[in-house]
Amino acid sequence: MKHAYTWAAIWAIIAASTAGDVLLARAMKQVGDVGELRRRRGLLVVIANTIRNPNFILGVAAMAVAFYSLLFGLSWGDVSLIAPASASLTFVANAFAAKLFLHERVDRRRWMAALLVAGGVCLMAL
Amino acid sequence: MTLRKYLVLAGVTVFGAAGDAMLSRGMKAVGNIAPHHVSELILAILNPWVAIGVLLLLAFFASYMTALSWADLTYVLPATSLGYVVLALVAKFMLHEDVTPARWLGILMISAGVGLVAGGPSKTEPERRDRPADMAECVAETAGRGVEG
Repeated sequence: MKHAYTWAAIWAIIAASTAGDVLLARAMKQVGDVGELRRRRGLLVVIANTIRNPNFILGVAAMAVAFYSLLFGLSWGDVSLIAPASASLTFVANAFAAKLFLHERVDRRRWMAALLVAGGVCLMAL
Repeated sequence: MTLRKYLVLAGVTVFGAAGDAMLSRGMKAVGNIAPHHVSELILAILNPWVAIGVLLLLAFFASYMTALSWADLTYVLPATSLGYVVLALVAKFMLHEDVTPARWLGILMISAGVGLVAGGPSKTEPERRDRPADMAECVAETAGRGVEG
């Protein structure tokens, strides 16, 4: 069961953290450049605008699911498998999700980077 | 990209890596948690290492959100992976652990990936949207214009 629980946790982390990343990225694009907004209207306005954003709330919920999946996974498997496996697959999933949902221009350079980073993270686990 | 923005990205890297390391240490002390005792995960926060890990991950989260407010997701994400490189370098030069050739290759690949992304723009304009999924928005816009006209 140890093996099955570990991999179930890894897939849960990938799905939840990809959803969380996309939702948070969308929320922060809607809030706007935090540095500029803070200079113009103060830190409290930045915090208020951020935590009232529905995408932010959903994103944090997805990240909480990812976090507890990570804790669950870490209680069964080694961090040297779980962290790199979930992180490297999340990079690739995020590149797809950013293109599909955020309409980012994921050009050849960024695809190459996502694959290099994903491969590199896997090698770090060896 | 200004110095302040690079510092925010450095925060993403360092806080994320340090937070993960603390969580890992804490969860080894807490031990295995069975799926039918999943509520024990909430009590895991009482472990000091897990608590420090959570504080560091909050700092990571603040830096990450700040970076996402002015850069693409596919630009910011590779910066998070540099944390693995930092941890391996700390293991080699401060803890005097062995870093295997495969890990050095991994470090090289991650650094190359980050370098590739960092060499390009931090924020891109959205792609032209002509997918069927966006048709509803187009129809809504056209209908809105029709009413105004």
